[in-house]
Order: sequence, then C-alpha cells, then structure tokens
Amino acid sequence: MSSLTIRNIRKVFGAVEVLKDIALRIDAGEFLILVGPSGCGKSTLLNILAGLDTATSGEILIGDKVVNNLSPKDRDIAMVFQSYALYPNMTVRQNISFGLEMRRVPKQEQGEIVDRVAKILQMAHLLDRKPAQLSGGQRQRVAMGRAIARDPQLFLFDEPLSNLDAKLRVEMRTEIKLLHDRLKATIVYVTHDQIEAMTLGSKIAVMQGGEIRQFGSPQEIYDRPADLFVAGFIGSPSMNFIKAQAVEDAGGVGLQLQTADGPFVLPLREAGEALRPRMGKTLILGVRPEQISDSGTVLRTARYAYARKFRIELVEPTGPDTLLFVRINGETVCCRVRPEQACAAGESMELAFDLSKAVFFDPDSGKRIG
Amino acid sequence: MVEVQRTETAGARVIGRVMLYALLILFALYYLMPLFVMLTTSLKTLDDIRGGNLIALPEQVSFDAWIKAWSSACTGVNCGGLSGNFWNSVSFVLPAVAISTLIGALNGYVLTMWRFRGSDVFFTLLLIGCFIPFQVVLLPMAQTLGWLGIANSTTGLIFVHVVYGLAFTTLFFRNFYVSIPEELVKAARIDGAGFFRIFWRIILPLSPPILVVCVIWQFTQIWNDFLFGVVFSSGERQPITVALNNLVNTSTGVKEYNVDMAAAIIAGLPTLFVYVVAGKYFVRGLTAGSVKG
Ligand SMILES: Nc1ncnc2c1ncn2[C@@H]1O[C@H](COP(=O)(O)OP(=O)(O)OP(=O)(O)O)[C@@H](O)[C@H]1O
Ligand SMILES: [Mg+2]
Repeated sequence: MSSLTIRNIRKVFGAVEVLKDIALRIDAGEFLILVGPSGCGKSTLLNILAGLDTATSGEILIGDKVVNNLSPKDRDIAMVFQSYALYPNMTVRQNISFGLEMRRVPKQEQGEIVDRVAKILQMAHLLDRKPAQLSGGQRQRVAMGRAIARDPQLFLFDEPLSNLDAKLRVEMRTEIKLLHDRLKATIVYVTHDQIEAMTLGSKIAVMQGGEIRQFGSPQEIYDRPADLFVAGFIGSPSMNFIKAQAVEDAGGVGLQLQTADGPFVLPLREAGEALRPRMGKTLILGVRPEQISDSGTVLRTARYAYARKFRIELVEPTGPDTLLFVRINGETVCCRVRPEQACAAGESMELAFDLSKAVFFDPDSGKRIG
Repeated sequence: MVEVQRTETAGARVIGRVMLYALLILFALYYLMPLFVMLTTSLKTLDDIRGGNLIALPEQVSFDAWIKAWSSACTGVNCGGLSGNFWNSVSFVLPAVAISTLIGALNGYVLTMWRFRGSDVFFTLLLIGCFIPFQVVLLPMAQTLGWLGIANSTTGLIFVHVVYGLAFTTLFFRNFYVSIPEELVKAARIDGAGFFRIFWRIILPLSPPILVVCVIWQFTQIWNDFLFGVVFSSGERQPITVALNNLVNTSTGVKEYNVDMAAAIIAGLPTLFVYVVAGKYFVRGLTAGSVKG
C-alpha cells in the first residue's frame, strides 16, 4: 500500500477548466472520499489518477513515485467502475484472472488468487457464471474481486454503489468498510452520497466546480465546515441557515431573531466571542437539525443552550426521529426531536438550541467565521 | 347479447387472418415466380422450351444445361463454361470480404474506444465514402492500380473492393461499438491489456452479430459486383458476373435459354447460400444495439 499525493492538478477540456488546482495528500491505508455534486469533476480526477486521462498540469505521486507519464497498467492501481465494466464474454473466474494473466502471473497462482478472492467476497459459487447471469449486487462483488485480486498500491472506486437499490447499498457499504479494515488498502472513493462519504472515509475532500472546498476528516467537515456549500452538502437533513443581525446582549453577542410570536435575541455567550468585531452586521447562523431539539434533551447534554417556545408549522416523522419545522427570520428551520416529544402541527412547544456546536458564516464570502 | 358479440369479433378475426395469409402467400408466389421459371427452364431441353409455355413444368428433367453452363458453354472466345470464373470470384471475394471486415472492425474500434483529435471529422469523411457511386472512382482507381503495379490482377481487384467497402464496414462496426460501454476498455487497460489485446479478447468476442451483418453485406456486394469486375479484370481472370454477361450475350448459334438460366442460378447460388446460413443473424445484428440489453 502506498500514500497518494496530488499536486496542483489542473484539467482543461477545450475552454472549460474542469479541475482547478487540486492538491491533497493521503497516507498509506487511508480511505479518501471525493464527494460533490454531479459534474464537479470527481470522475475526471479519478481518471487522471488512473492514467486513463492526462492532467493539463500538475503532478501525481503514488508512494514516492511520480506517475504522470506511466500508463494505467504500470501505475499498479485497480479501479471499480459505476457500471462495473465486467467483461461480458468471460466468466466470473476469467474476469478476475484477466488482469493476472495480463501480468503473466503463473496459471496455478492465478487459480489460488481467484479462490482466495472468491472466499473473501463469498462468491465461490458464482465463479463459472457469466456477468449477465448475476444480480446487480453480485456484479458489484465481482468488480471488487477483480480489483482485490491484483493487490494494487491504490484502489480507485467511481460511485461503485450508485446502481444498487437502497438496502443493498447499505450492505455493500458495510462490506467495503470491512474490506478496507481487513486489507488496509489505500482507497480513493468517488461518491455524491454524503452518507457514504461520512461512513466510509478517513479523509473527505468536498468538491464543487472543479475545486476542493474542504479537505479533512469526516468529523471535522461535519462540525467545522469551511463554507456554506460544505455545510449544506454534508449532513441530512441539511444544516439550517438563519440570516440574522449580531446585537449587543448582556455584555456578549446575541442574534436578533424573529418569529410569528415576536422578536427575541438569541444569546450566543462563548460561541459568539469571534463575532464581536461584527457587532451590528448581518451574518448567517448555521445550526444542524439535531442541535435544535426538545429542551429536556438539549439542556441535559449541551454545554450551553437556549430554550424557547416555538409554534410548529409542520411535522415529519422519520421513524427514529421526528422532524419539526418552525419559521425563524423568514426561513423554515428544521429541528429533530425524539418521536415521543413531538407535538402536532400548529401547536407550540419548547425547543432548545444547542449553541456549543453552532457555526457562523460571512454572508458575502460564504466562509465560516472563526 | 354479449355472447353474440364475442363470436362476431372472433369470426372477424379469423377472416382477417385468412385474408392476411392469402395476401402474404400471393406476394410470396409473385416473388418466387422468377426463381421458379429460372429453375424449371434450366431443367428443360431446348425443344421443350420452344414447344411449351413459360411456367409449365419440364416434360422430362435434364441436367445437361447445368453441365454445359458449368463446364463447356462459351463466354466470348473461350468455351470452358463458368467454372473457371466461379473460382476466380471465390478467390478474390473471400479475401476481400475478410480484409474489409477486419479493417472495418479495427476502424470502428478506434473511432469509438480510442478517439483522437479529429476522429469525428475522419468518420464523417468516411461516411461520405458510402455515397460515392462506383463510376466516380473508376478512373482514379485505374490509375492507382497502375501505380501500384497491380492492375489486371486478383490482388488489384481485392484492393479495389477492400477500399470501396471500408466506408460501409467501418460504419457498421462504429455504430455497433458505440453501444459498448467505454468503461470496458478502461477496465481492460488498467488490467494491463494493450490496444490489440483488448480488441482481440474483449471487443471481438462481443462482435458476432455485427460480423455476420458485415460479412453478408460485403459478400453480396462483392460477389454481385459487375462494374469493377469488368473494368479491372480481363480474360481468364474475370469474375463470374462478367462471364455470365458474356455467356448470355454471346450471339453465335441458337439462344440456349436453359443454359443461360442454369448459369444465372450458379452465379447467384453463393449469395443465396450465405443468406440461408446466416440470415437469421442478419436481422438480429441489424437491430442489435438499437435496444439496450
Ligand atoms: N471529454 C470531455 N470533454 C469535455 N468536457 C468534459 C469531458 N469529460 C467531462 N467533461 C466535463 O467535466 C465536468 C466534470 O465531469 P465529471 O465526469 O468529472 O463529473 P463528476 O463529478 O464525475 O459527475 P457525476 O457525479 O455526474 O459522475 C463536467 O462538467 C463534464 O461536462
Ligand atoms: Mg462521475
């Protein structure tokens, strides 16, 4: 297994700059997630890593070796595609051993490797079938088997689960995670599913419009998003953004909020320290749905919180939690409560803001403050 | 009430079916008529032909006309029947079909899986090749063959047909291969296979439907070709189509319709054979790729 270093990669198609100065580095054995909306350049970057496409400028290092000028087969990588790309004319066994054969692995060793891979992925009974005779999940498994068999320095996955139904996707996600723990492989994994990103990654690069908006551990990205885009993209339901003015409040900073029941000031206490220079200015408060909950729960767990009665506009039970929607400063704000605490739409109930994890953004640049 | 209605519609359906089949049979007979006439005439004696009517069965079946057409009828000055020309045709049609099909497949592979700057322009130009009539290329081709030193040879004729057929074969394969996901080739490249290996191991095994279409098309075109045959070959080396023309148009002596008919059937037999053997794949291949899966 090797580390991966990407230095200032740019890619231009005609007049369009699809990748703008991408730079990041992961250590051997790390699981890197490239996540972002459709068209942000994830697959392009992956293809460049694989050597299927060339960067306009920049460098790629696998381990300590610059691989820019190596062909895909000399980079010692394996790739799993969204469409699986199994060879339709070959059996599962041949699909898995094709790469070994191309690398002149002796026949007997090929057989041993195929058997071992089939055992890891529990597909020994499928070895003599053609891809057309397999279900989507089984094809996915074979595609992974083909990658594992080669024992490469680096695995590349391009949205490998996006063609599976929801249940299978969750199963395979777990399986990939177990596989990573077991193989200690260095993996670059493309997805636009932020749950996959959070659960699988040891590092996440959130991309948008050909740029990396933030690169960090899943928890960092969740708790301290670099900007409004990242904050909104990661997390489901997504973070609430409330535009409000910073005002003086008992010697500290508060936010001027407004509901149908009248105005009030949300005291920020310690969380507002960084906002002092912006007194009187408008900024954006970012608060996740689970940080606004029934006051009993929040007041018990949060370092500091603010409770108040709100009128509930809409109720959406999801099973484990119920989502309540209230209106603050003209925005619909989503709150997450335990189902037994939820009231009916139109009623009022006391909700508490857990402010210890609240974040603030500059409305002009969209960047997080502090 | 309901009962009656149902029987009425069932009755209408039966009548509809009967009419449909009657019409189909009628058309089939209409199209088979010339073949029937050719076949029966070829089996008649000359007396029989003169005395009887066109669609009557032969009074007595005779294969003399067939034997003569094959081995002793006169085509122009030489009187060795069509056999020599038949083998002439075979000897350039088979290589020409094989070569043009193979190159077409490679072209299609490159144009879909290994696109290069200007590959679309290249393809468009090739497409135009499909619309160029035979006559237009005759003179330049004659000159080219002269330069290459292969005028009036089997090699020359093969060359002509390969060049002329490439536009079509490329089109066939290109349109078939666009439906094959590019990721297959990407996966194979990462697996370590090169250009030709991917073609041979991955792409070609997926190609039988279009191979059949291409072979049938090319075989029919090249076997039936008259113009290139008459222009670019002479004497001994002429293909069967040209020889057939000479045979039928030889004006010395009596007109032997039975021999003409036998000769025409001999000339048409190989294409007929190819259709019968591979015909069902032909239709399948033509529609393959138009529907997913
Ligand atoms: N060969 C190409 N020529 C021109 N533009 C291209 C080419 N390939 C990709 N692009 C453009 O580059 C951008 C990034 O494409 P890419 O396939 O990397 O997106 P992605 O992040 O993988 O999206 P998705 O999640 O939909 O797969 C897109 O806007 C796309 O239109
Ligand atoms: Mg993509």
